[in-house]
Amino acid sequence: MFRIRITKRQERRGWRSCLVVLTAIVLSLVLSGILLALRGTPPLVGLAVLFKGAFGSRFAIEDCLVKAIPIFLCSLGVAVAFRLQVWNIGAEGQFALGAVGATWVALSFPDLPGPILLPAMIAMAALAGGLWGMIPAILRQRLRTNEIIVTLMLNYIAILFLDYLVYGVWKDPTSFGFPMTREFSPQAVVGRIGSTSINWGLAHCLVLGTVVWVFIRFTRLGFELKAAGDSVRAARYAGIPYDRLVVLVMVISGALAGWAGFLEASATINRLQPSIMAGYGYTAIVVAWLARLNPLSIAFASFLLAGLRVGVENLQLDLQVPAAFGGILEGLILLTVLGGGLFTSYRIAVRRN
Amino acid sequence: MELAIIIPLLAAAVQSGTPILYATLGEIITEKSGVLNLGVEGVMIIGTLTAFVVALATGSPTLAFVAAGIAGTLTAAIHGMVCLWFKGNQVVSGLALTILGTGLADYLGNAYVGRTAPGFTPIALPLVSEIPIVGPIFFNHDPLVYLTYGIPPLIWYGLMRTRPGLCLRAAGEHPAAATAAGLHVAAYRWFGVLGGGFLMGLGGAYLSLSYTHLWTNNLTGGRGWIAVALVIFAFWRPGRAVFGAYLFGGIMALQLRLQASGTQIPSSLLLMLPYALTVIVLVLSSWRRGMSEAPAALGINVEPAD
Repeated sequence: MFRIRITKRQERRGWRSCLVVLTAIVLSLVLSGILLALRGTPPLVGLAVLFKGAFGSRFAIEDCLVKAIPIFLCSLGVAVAFRLQVWNIGAEGQFALGAVGATWVALSFPDLPGPILLPAMIAMAALAGGLWGMIPAILRQRLRTNEIIVTLMLNYIAILFLDYLVYGVWKDPTSFGFPMTREFSPQAVVGRIGSTSINWGLAHCLVLGTVVWVFIRFTRLGFELKAAGDSVRAARYAGIPYDRLVVLVMVISGALAGWAGFLEASATINRLQPSIMAGYGYTAIVVAWLARLNPLSIAFASFLLAGLRVGVENLQLDLQVPAAFGGILEGLILLTVLGGGLFTSYRIAVRRN
Repeated sequence: MELAIIIPLLAAAVQSGTPILYATLGEIITEKSGVLNLGVEGVMIIGTLTAFVVALATGSPTLAFVAAGIAGTLTAAIHGMVCLWFKGNQVVSGLALTILGTGLADYLGNAYVGRTAPGFTPIALPLVSEIPIVGPIFFNHDPLVYLTYGIPPLIWYGLMRTRPGLCLRAAGEHPAAATAAGLHVAAYRWFGVLGGGFLMGLGGAYLSLSYTHLWTNNLTGGRGWIAVALVIFAFWRPGRAVFGAYLFGGIMALQLRLQASGTQIPSSLLLMLPYALTVIVLVLSSWRRGMSEAPAALGINVEPAD
């Protein structure tokens, strides 16, 4: 007889978790290949179409970067909250309210010059997203209300609120009944970098990513965040104001997701319409976990998962594979990475009895 | 108030509340064993699709119902593997299960969108359905509703009055002590995950077999998440779960009626009702008792001992 013994590892090696993530992705691709075969799509052909669609041309890579922008910002926020063991599932709703806030400014003051209008839109988006994130934080701090469910319910509510606006009061009278606002004035649009299709949002990501990284790595507050996330009790004992940190991270988290909503409305679709909700807020959770909450890894993982989305779009066009295939892949990757955590945190030995 | 309006509304509340009730009871069993399964939404929708496909293929709603339970068990088993074998984070694993489940259901159900399948139809129970007020509200439904009248007491008895139930609760309250007492904690947690998944699958089946008889994407529409919230509202008690599920069934039925009545209120605002109510209910229950009623080791994996 064999016995499996599992003991906790003392040290965590970077290469080991890299290996686990890679194995998890390969395993997920194999499993999803089986699903393709079930539909009668040859799996290797399907995966080739997926990869060519995602990374096979300059245009594809640019599309990946465009999609990586909102995912990265949402994920950055989610990771800050997760670090403190605050389960913010609400990036999707905070993103929606950010887009709504930015749109309100863009539609109310269309004639302001760009250097004033754009910062005002960003401020409003971050404020709207931040406040939306603050509600579950305050409820958790005051009443110990479960933030997972509250943030999730606030997603549904925020998206329906966005629908209410674009189907109702904000609907463009010249849109032939389509639920969308007027197109933003040119001053309210974040432009593109040179001749590429990538918008300047990429630069926003660079700046915000660095700010968050410095905040986590080099500030006292960032250190408290990490300490409190590792052990709430120890943090309280050390005099770290845990409850206030909860509110802080949720506001940061919401503001970043709101910023992403601003960029999506302003740079990508130049107006507000229901299709702005593409599920980036949920992909952000997968990304954050895949990247072990590390800002630099989040950048890579955002690009990777954006690539999956672009690839799945290609799969849909070329082989009529339903768009839901993307969700399956994301779910599988997350589950296998979680399972693989066993091999990074524990030592496994098989012994003969 | 006019009984002619109120009674059909309450009857509709029982009907709309039933899938949520199945799912809530499932999550209660799972959480009592110490495992938090946030994948209810994903498990339910797999049950919904399985029930639909089996009913379409075999023509037997009963078979479809059982198949959905089994499919729910298998889907929940993924969560069990990740958390109980691989010690993965329970919160994230549940979320992943929801993403995977909804994706799978949309993907595999793509060919069935808009088709209809045989299901259950209401059967008025003789004698009891004649009772004024109570009869039309509770005893003029399909068999799947009647089944839920028996399940909550059964779960209550099983958890609170039997030895295996006590052991399951011990696994959720204090796994270290349970292990010291010679219990196989992992086995009871597995039972909680799989048994809970079975009920969630049944709840999903209700949506395609009784509620609609057809397949469209996103049939569950957040009911799984409402169930997770209801467990807290119910303080992990099957009896209070019944009350909570019918409350939500009521608000959903009311919202549908308001929409059908051609009211001036925009439909997107009406659709917010159940979600807003979930937040309110959650705030009220945490205000009253907080999480003090939760199983003490809920969501915490058992670390392997040296």
